[in-house]
Amino acid sequence: MRRRLFLGAAALAVLPSAWPQDRVVKILARKFTFEPEEIALKVGEPVVLEFTTADVHMGFKCVELGVRADILPGQVTRLRLTPEKAGRFGFFCDVFCGDDHELMGGTLTITA
Amino acid sequence: MPLDRRQFLKLAGIGGAVLVSGCARPTATPYAADSDEFFFVQLSDTHWGFRGAPNPEAENTLPKAIAAVNALATPPDFVVFTGDLTHTTDDPKERRRRLAQFKDMVSQLKVKDVRFMPGEHDGSLDRSEAFQEFFGATHFAFDHKGVHFVALDNVSDPAARIGEEQLAWLKRDLDAQPADARIVVLTHRPLFPLYPQWDWATGDGERALELLMPRRNVTVFYGHIHQEHHFKTAHIEHHAAKSLIFPLPAPGSQPRRAPLAWDPANPYRGLGFRQVEAEKPVEYKITELPVVKA
Repeated sequence: MRRRLFLGAAALAVLPSAWPQDRVVKILARKFTFEPEEIALKVGEPVVLEFTTADVHMGFKCVELGVRADILPGQVTRLRLTPEKAGRFGFFCDVFCGDDHELMGGTLTITA
Repeated sequence: MPLDRRQFLKLAGIGGAVLVSGCARPTATPYAADSDEFFFVQLSDTHWGFRGAPNPEAENTLPKAIAAVNALATPPDFVVFTGDLTHTTDDPKERRRRLAQFKDMVSQLKVKDVRFMPGEHDGSLDRSEAFQEFFGATHFAFDHKGVHFVALDNVSDPAARIGEEQLAWLKRDLDAQPADARIVVLTHRPLFPLYPQWDWATGDGERALELLMPRRNVTVFYGHIHQEHHFKTAHIEHHAAKSLIFPLPAPGSQPRRAPLAWDPANPYRGLGFRQVEAEKPVEYKITELPVVKA
């Protein structure tokens, strides 16, 4: 299933399945954390972020990279991106999921 | 040359608003009964049901705020709660229990014209089903002494969107107003992207602002960010209210939007409510008031 997303600084696409040659980073969303919270990426290296949720509807949003995706129960959301700039960029859940939702986030660390 | 009151207000204000941050509890202008000028009180983010170190006096804060409103020398024309009346819970029964307790407590307000709006803590987990059982519609409009008030719901959708249906309602409502209408928008989240990294935004807030932009006289009062904040998008002013549970840090001032710590030496610091005096032609005198006198 394709997901709505924003186009941003990094080349990206939402995919029905991972591209075989790409590195896949599995990210589990659960109240009220992302696992892992720290994700290391490299400039120019295509990667597929593969999201699932352990409980309720969640969201993934990184403002600086201009990307977001819905993470729905029972489904896998894949987000392919190729980082174009180095830095540390915060991400967070942008779908209210309960107490401590406000603390649910992590960091994408992109190195050259 | 001495300034009259209105000239002074224009000089002291930002655009059409005048900001007064005082610890003393002022007396609102005693308007004549037949005057079109009036004032209302905005309370926000009471989070009834919250328990935690950021406010060890959580059970006492709302009662103190109600007492403070009742102690105003001049009663407001009405009171509005701009969301997060209760603190969220996954348990629908507990959510209703908190809403019921909240409703019972605010019935102690002497002012009986009280308007309620949901915040994401009240409504995002059940699309405001429980909220509506106690307080009715989540978006609405009303007129008061020449001012058209529009309450927008940007929380019932857990992704913080107003949605097409409500935006169409807003357009119809605005189209029915004269071009020079004095419009006040009440909402929970900021309609503009104040700090999207902390989700301090409305997903389709720009759509609402596009509809409001042609209107000359628009002011927005909102909550959600637990602190006083003032901003302008073009000619539209946006004024965030303090919370009545715990203050949050300034946008982007720390890695995460965790509550500021309770200060035993200064209990209730950073909490409060506000009175808004609406004066002609289009001026709003905003006075920030504490929960307890210093």
